Amino acid sequence: MANKATRESFGEMLVELGAKNENLVVLDADLSKSTMTQAFKKKHPERHFELGIAEQNMVGAAAGLALSGKVPVLTSFACFVVGRLEPIRVSAAYNRTNVKIVGTHAGIGIGEDGTSQMGLEDVAAMRALPHMTVLQPGDDAEARQQVRWMIEEHVGPVYLRLTRQKMPDVHADGWTWEPGKIDVIWEPAKKPAKYQATLIASGGPVPCAVEAAQELEKKGFAVRVADAGTLAPFDGAAVARFAKDSQRLVSVEDHNVNGGLGSAVCEAAAERGLAVPVVRVGLRDFGESASPAELYDKYGLSAPHLVEACLKNLD
Amino acid sequence: MTPATGATADLKELKDLARTMRVDIIRMIEAAGSGHPGGSLSVIDLLTVLYWRFLRHDPKKPDWEERDRLILSKGHACPALYAVMARRGYFPVEALKTLRKLDSPLQGHPDRLRLPGIEFSTGSLGQGLSVGLGMALAAKLDKKDWRTYVILGDGELQEGQCWEAFMAAPKFGLDNLVAIVDHNGGQIDGPVKEVMDLEPLADKLRAFNWEVQVVDGHDLAAIEKAYLGARLAKGRPHAIVAKTVKGEGVSFMENNIAWHGSAPKKEDADRAVQEILNGK
Ligand SMILES: Cc1ncc(C[n+]2csc(CCOP(=O)(O)OP(=O)(O)O)c2C)c(N)n1
Repeated sequence: MANKATRESFGEMLVELGAKNENLVVLDADLSKSTMTQAFKKKHPERHFELGIAEQNMVGAAAGLALSGKVPVLTSFACFVVGRLEPIRVSAAYNRTNVKIVGTHAGIGIGEDGTSQMGLEDVAAMRALPHMTVLQPGDDAEARQQVRWMIEEHVGPVYLRLTRQKMPDVHADGWTWEPGKIDVIWEPAKKPAKYQATLIASGGPVPCAVEAAQELEKKGFAVRVADAGTLAPFDGAAVARFAKDSQRLVSVEDHNVNGGLGSAVCEAAAERGLAVPVVRVGLRDFGESASPAELYDKYGLSAPHLVEACLKNLD
Repeated sequence: MTPATGATADLKELKDLARTMRVDIIRMIEAAGSGHPGGSLSVIDLLTVLYWRFLRHDPKKPDWEERDRLILSKGHACPALYAVMARRGYFPVEALKTLRKLDSPLQGHPDRLRLPGIEFSTGSLGQGLSVGLGMALAAKLDKKDWRTYVILGDGELQEGQCWEAFMAAPKFGLDNLVAIVDHNGGQIDGPVKEVMDLEPLADKLRAFNWEVQVVDGHDLAAIEKAYLGARLAKGRPHAIVAKTVKGEGVSFMENNIAWHGSAPKKEDADRAVQEILNGK
């Protein structure tokens, strides 16, 4: 069992994949210690490019490398790299270059550094770009498979969003990630005719969702938990299935509710004419400085708040 | 409050104050359990001379319209700014203990909506000089004599936006804008020289049509002279490249990149404070 930040899983996979893929190159903007690319840099110094605190140049350089046959992975904090939205729009998305953008330090889960270092709108921005695949793993197993897929299988721009904080395993050994699919990671022991709720979570708060569902089961409420590891393209069909047998859907993300997972769930439901309430849990403001646990509590992402979101009266 | 003027005798007092604030920096980051000591210790002398000798400001009236503006563009060094603001009377020194704690106005990076006296919320490197440019333009438009100071990191200068601002300021003849570079030679992934060299920095800035002074950023008299020089600038913006030491004042932090962004535990903090108090 791992208890690993998804940025750590990413760093380990880079080393593994870099050993057999000569075309894999890594670009950094003075945060390689935090984005976990140092091990790759040590192993393959000739395929690592330190570009300094200059993220938009890094995006452009990655596009040039991609157009010349390389598979570039560029990293920074989610807020800083997606802050260079227009260069990403043109150099990565519009030109459909094979650029892998990795944004770590997602959300308020980073804690004390505060708002300016928190990626809180990055999914919304990346999800709005045609050609862009948006991935967010919930644990080590998912992170590893996503990294492998985006480098070895998928040709085209990808945005991968990773946590600073450690994540417990939520997937069983041997579980296989399916690109583009939402997967159910927790079911109550007794399958109900109708679930009180289906919690659809992604990234940092995935373990909180599982904890909430377990707590609810103790209280006699059947709630399942699904993990949305792919945020674009979005698995609307899964939302439709959940809508049929759940009294409500609760989206959970460490990101602004506007434009992120919560929006994706609402869009999928509305576009299919599904009459299901959606409770969107996530940020509705900027964050602030405090410990990650205090912030998850203050901004409603911790398990007790998710319990409440599954039970509260809707009006 | 108007700035006190020059008597060199006061420099000793300022030196003592800077020492006190170095201790504040160490203690506040220790209490927070995270933060950036290296770049706070390198910038504290520059801030001290500015806040006690040059900045036209009133701690009791942080929104006074005639005040000079100061942007700490390298926002991660805010422990230095908070120490200065507390010692200058913006808020009680006691509050320094709340750095990075839930609901504290002392955020991990400066936040203008939470702490009066902060002109611009920073933490994302590269944006401060452009904002300073805008402030300086506004002062010119309104025919006001307040000045704008922007403090930048040397690593920060790798951001292209800084150079867009460097290009623009001379065009508008902004002699009311002062860029202060805390040139401590370190960033996170390594020394600035290795990560992405800036040299010849002063020549680059001159080529961008700025007036440039290079000074020892820990010599209070030299800093004072440089600020005076900047005040005399006519028709062109003024840059001060301050040669500093990352972690200055604490031997085991000096030029040690490990202390860019990690908090000292009690034992290291005690050792650091001892050194500062016994120091030069
Ligand atoms: C746009 C942006 N990219 C990356 C970072 C992360 N970061 C924080 S401090 C730092 C190094 C700053 O180096 P420098 O400007 O030289 O500051 P100093 O050495 O004085 O602390 C980096 C890369 C950031 N805050 N903003």
